[in-house]
Amino acid sequence: MSAMHNESRRDFLKISALAGGGLLLGFAIPGASRFAQAAGEFKPNVFIRITPDNRVTVICGLSEMGQGVHTAIPMLVAEELDADWSKIKVEQAPADPAFKNPFMGFQATGGSSSVRANWEPMRKAGATARAMLIAAAAETWKTDKSECRAANGMVVHKSGKKLSYGRLAAKAAEQPVPAEVKLKDRKDFGILGKGAKRLDTPAKVNGSAMFGMDVRVPGMLTAVVARAPVAGGKVASFNADKVKAMSGVKNVVQIGSGVAVVADSYWNAKQGRDALEIKWDDGAGASLSSEGIRKTFGELAEKEGTVGIKAGDASTALAGAAKKLEAVYEAPYLAHACMEPMNCTASVTANGVEIWGSVQAPGLLQIILSQVAGVKPEQVKVATTMLGGGFGRRFGLDFAIDAVLTSKAVGAPVHVVFPREDDIKAHHYRPASVAKFQGALDAAGNPAAARIHAVCSSISDAAHMPYEANGLPPMKGVDGFSVEGLTEWPYATPNLQVEWTKNEPPVGVWFWRSVGHSQNIFFVEGFVDEMAVAAGKDPYEYRRALLGKNPRYKGALELAANKAGWGKPLPAGRGRGIAVGLSFGSFVAEVAEVSVAKDGKLRVHRVVCAVDCGSTVNPEIVKRQMESAIVFGLSAALYGEITFKDGKVEQSNFNDYPVLRMSEMPKVEVHIVPSMEAPGGVGEPGLPPLAPAVVNAVFAATGKRLRKLPLRMV
Amino acid sequence: MIEFVVNGKRARADVPGDTPLLWVLRDTLGMTGTKFGCGQALCGACTVHLDGQPVRSCTTPVSAAAGKKVATIEGIGATPIGKKVQAAWTALDVPQCGYCQSGQIMSAVALLSENPKPSDADIDKAMDGNICRCGTYNQIRAAIKDAAKSMTKGA
Repeated sequence: MSAMHNESRRDFLKISALAGGGLLLGFAIPGASRFAQAAGEFKPNVFIRITPDNRVTVICGLSEMGQGVHTAIPMLVAEELDADWSKIKVEQAPADPAFKNPFMGFQATGGSSSVRANWEPMRKAGATARAMLIAAAAETWKTDKSECRAANGMVVHKSGKKLSYGRLAAKAAEQPVPAEVKLKDRKDFGILGKGAKRLDTPAKVNGSAMFGMDVRVPGMLTAVVARAPVAGGKVASFNADKVKAMSGVKNVVQIGSGVAVVADSYWNAKQGRDALEIKWDDGAGASLSSEGIRKTFGELAEKEGTVGIKAGDASTALAGAAKKLEAVYEAPYLAHACMEPMNCTASVTANGVEIWGSVQAPGLLQIILSQVAGVKPEQVKVATTMLGGGFGRRFGLDFAIDAVLTSKAVGAPVHVVFPREDDIKAHHYRPASVAKFQGALDAAGNPAAARIHAVCSSISDAAHMPYEANGLPPMKGVDGFSVEGLTEWPYATPNLQVEWTKNEPPVGVWFWRSVGHSQNIFFVEGFVDEMAVAAGKDPYEYRRALLGKNPRYKGALELAANKAGWGKPLPAGRGRGIAVGLSFGSFVAEVAEVSVAKDGKLRVHRVVCAVDCGSTVNPEIVKRQMESAIVFGLSAALYGEITFKDGKVEQSNFNDYPVLRMSEMPKVEVHIVPSMEAPGGVGEPGLPPLAPAVVNAVFAATGKRLRKLPLRMV
Repeated sequence: MIEFVVNGKRARADVPGDTPLLWVLRDTLGMTGTKFGCGQALCGACTVHLDGQPVRSCTTPVSAAAGKKVATIEGIGATPIGKKVQAAWTALDVPQCGYCQSGQIMSAVALLSENPKPSDADIDKAMDGNICRCGTYNQIRAAIKDAAKSMTKGA
């Protein structure tokens, strides 16, 4: 393979002629990072491989965790390349700084950012490749490029003769790189906004899809780790004599997170782990309890916090208000409970570190694991597999650090596997939060003031990120992740103040699908519903009137209400609730229909969702992602809660950390607001409005106002 | 030594009889299509068929499989119902992350083998043990119904 850098005309393209006559195009697409980046040498970050068999392979640095990114990214390329979709393949890229996510500054998939970050770069890459294929055809036919066009994987001459991309690939590699390419008008899109089958489906229905759990490396051993039952606890002493004699056990080693039992199979490692005798030094965390956390947060919420945003003078307006409302909302710690329990395979040798696994942040792993193993970042190779769910959890580093330390200790490749109980107890929780709301209504019942004070831990601190890492306008001393969803308060309110108090019980917190929006939009949409009720107005009409200056919120709200038949009679005992929220650049409104049985059993019958996510790549995947987030949000709203007693997590598996099952699944309808705006995210924004829509529906059905998750009627 | 048949082929495992069938499939026989989700028969990701009956392989000791026929996701496409179920799953693009889908498909094939025209209540009952965190339940239900229809047509 010969490569040449084509930097004379623009710092954009690297062409490699492949052995056998193929073409590998590597594009360096500039991305604006939020963080400082050194001006680097030319490094391609988009790769398209065209081979003589007409196969077009898009090499993708993003992790597929169900959100459809391994279909969406190739669609962006295929649209502008005029590729034949049936010939498109996607291949996972290794970890490389070239694939850095412009939203984050390192290679990672999260924050519903993939399509937002790649909407233009991937299309430009496709358009550039198309232009070079057309130039190659024109040269072959000794004609002008203007007489040739691309369609469905072929270049077609006006006379009707055709050449496939596969046959043109070698010659295309010799063409000059066009200085500028014109992207298609949206009206000419043949793939984008219309849909294509998911590329990952076949392997996921026949069992051949390779997840982190399925990695098998020659000489690999499996480890299960005994971890401190109390967060922050340390091993005081342990006795592994008995365990070392057990069937299949190869080694027992102490690592940072506890004691790893290394064996020839998972089952033997797990049996060994369970038989370990360990004395733990629990440390200061031993007194941790959920009641204590709630009490502390609740007391702090009554005090002043650090002001994040302030418009007008909420305190004065509240003091002089004719009608005032006060409410305290609460959200619990939540585990992700991905279907694939956390696991990771590592091989540490003198040459460096190799990682195989289901990870969201290979770029972050390169940085952190190089420090853990004492090697250079480029000596950390990461092969990303399919992810059996991510939801933010696989942005984590803990499972990979365990694997690296264990492999280093035993001198063999090691697959560290978390039993489900370890996964649930692993202290990467959505932060619990308590928020105090004070509202004032004017004579017409409209909001005159809102003052909100949220108390929770900082995810940015936990992840060693700056407080503005969520991309919203920076606030001095306030973690954006803690108050996102509060600060975007969309309803016309002349006096608004949002405060935050950080409190850090010894609980590990982490990103969880939709992050701060997951609790904060629940709080806001519950409280606004209370304002509507206090004003004696219909909750939908009340919101609608106050969203006059926010047309995209209003558009989503109206579409959801219309499709749900807002205002039409419901069967006896049912109630309807509505909520709307903005997160990750997308506006989502949801209407839930619920009933509450005599025994207090809450049932959600139907959820109607309207999403304005701007331009869509694959509408079917957009709809599925909304439905997915609705189910994830409903599991959390009905059941999700991690609690602590005597420092220990009280939940362990799906019996005591239940999630929604088939028989509880509501009917879900998703409608997309037609839009020419830039794309918004879709993996997360469907989640935040679900809990408040349900809570508001419960109020409509029963007159009971729930302000605490998970929802308990009695 | 425990002997049984997996997807029509003879298999042997030299492991203690109380080893769960799941880990014999995955670690001894290298068949990773059957997934580990909870280890307590709570999530259904590890569902396989034992003499045609759906079982949670994570809590089924391999000794219980001795001399019996085990069917897994790797082989289910070779059966007429399995093929139709996989085709329905593919046509509707059911999977998202896909990790639970081996178990979902094995439970669906077991249901349709017993009951070729399941009602919604039948589907709820047969599939309630299979968790999907991506929330593909409505698509799973639709795919089961499509597979049932294609079985009637094909009959």
